[in-house]
Amino acid sequence: MTQNKLLVKLENAGVYKSPKWLVRGISFEINQGQIVTLIGPNGSGKTTTAKMILNIMNADEGMVSGNANKMAYVPQKINIDWTMPLRVIDFMKITSSLTNTQITESLTMTGVDKLLYNQIHSLSGGEFQRVLIARAIAKKPDLLVLDEPVQGVDYNGEIALYNLIKKISVTLNCGILLISHDMHFVMSTTDHVICLNGHICCSGTPSSVVKNPEYIKLFGEHNSETLSYYQHHHDHSHDNDGSVSH
Amino acid sequence: MFDDFFTRALIAGMGIAIVTGPLGCLVIWRRLSFFGDTLSHSALLGVTLAYAFSINISLSVFIISGTVALLLLSLQKRTKLAGDSLLGLLAHSTLAIGLVLIGFLSSIRFDLMGLLFGDILAVTVEDIFIIWFGGFIILGILFYIWKSIFAATVNYDLAAAEGMKPDVSNFIFTLLLAGVIAISIKMIGALLITGLLLIPAASARSLSSNPFQMVMLSILVGIASVIIGLFSSLEFNTASGPSIIVTALALFILSLIPFKRNRALQK
Repeated sequence: MTQNKLLVKLENAGVYKSPKWLVRGISFEINQGQIVTLIGPNGSGKTTTAKMILNIMNADEGMVSGNANKMAYVPQKINIDWTMPLRVIDFMKITSSLTNTQITESLTMTGVDKLLYNQIHSLSGGEFQRVLIARAIAKKPDLLVLDEPVQGVDYNGEIALYNLIKKISVTLNCGILLISHDMHFVMSTTDHVICLNGHICCSGTPSSVVKNPEYIKLFGEHNSETLSYYQHHHDHSHDNDGSVSH
Repeated sequence: MFDDFFTRALIAGMGIAIVTGPLGCLVIWRRLSFFGDTLSHSALLGVTLAYAFSINISLSVFIISGTVALLLLSLQKRTKLAGDSLLGLLAHSTLAIGLVLIGFLSSIRFDLMGLLFGDILAVTVEDIFIIWFGGFIILGILFYIWKSIFAATVNYDLAAAEGMKPDVSNFIFTLLLAGVIAISIKMIGALLITGLLLIPAASARSLSSNPFQMVMLSILVGIASVIIGLFSSLEFNTASGPSIIVTALALFILSLIPFKRNRALQK
């Protein structure tokens, strides 16, 4: 196997915000073509870690180095003020100049190309998540950071979104950092899982992490069962009947 | 053609409206109307100092408003006060200091009403030059940072993550706001500048479906407010600043009517 390009590397990195360390001693790396998942309870420092990688926050100790040319971000919460008239096409272009073909291509990939001229405020939760992802991938980043991309999306939508993320990783051959607070579908598509709770509790392949005592202590027994349930579940194909209905 | 005070006022007012259009949209989108108020209240202090040291009013206002803006940015990171309390504190204390200083400068005759609400007669050829030259610079810088400031307005984290340097553009935008107050204080007055920033942009909001449209429409509404406002100020012998703002308000109310009709048709 050829060595893929190293996109970002954290060495013992930490962020201090008075009066405590938000995260500390974080070391891992993300390579091209790899999906790395950060899991952990609320307040465990997942978003902080992502923000260090994206240079939104500076590491107060340790090192964050990387040679990703283009990073793209799908933030956890994004509230577009209703005082701003904004169509999907305008939103797509906010950080980079894109041609209409590029915009249509990536909206088609996430399945929302029909919404091109719709107002952002009129989109449903699931549509908005897909537009957010389309915007992030439109400029073909080599590192994509997705912070809880399936929140506010129903069960079927969640499966579809994770399949989409896998597809993006293959098509763009980019590195992906995925953040999630639950284990439900994350595991099967992920190459490397990092379990976070202010520090790295454990990390490794999904099947090794889920057996780790630290992980079980943090998430409880039933979540390891969720994984086995999911692996079973994934042996079957899904159809989209009845999906995205509220 | 600059001989006529009314022509001068028209040219100056239109220059101001072109600059307040795009900046006003950003003020609305970023919910900075109270911030604008604070800067313009502090402008009165700038005017007083300009008289006291016989320096150019716009320059002095720009320095004072700019300082207050930067003070605010740094205080926000340090104090436990909420943003709006901090704004109120600075707005009213700078306004009060300005008024107290006016009391000390008893040797100079002040037209206080003119300072607070604008004076149509006060516009000189030099003012026109300051407004159009200053406005041109403000718009030029705004155009240059537009992509970054717009991305930061939509979402700060997103802009920061994707290399748009939102902190730099936020900082520059704050100074531009101080700049627009500096060039328009004489014409519109310290208490009403925020109105010219907000109301045309608010009128444009209900009529536009994308950001570019909103910017263009708020410029147009601003220009219309200035022209109609100044003519009615001449006709009814009312103060220029308030007349312009009342016209803008009338246009805002008008802008709401077709909006509702469109909505009804869409449904």
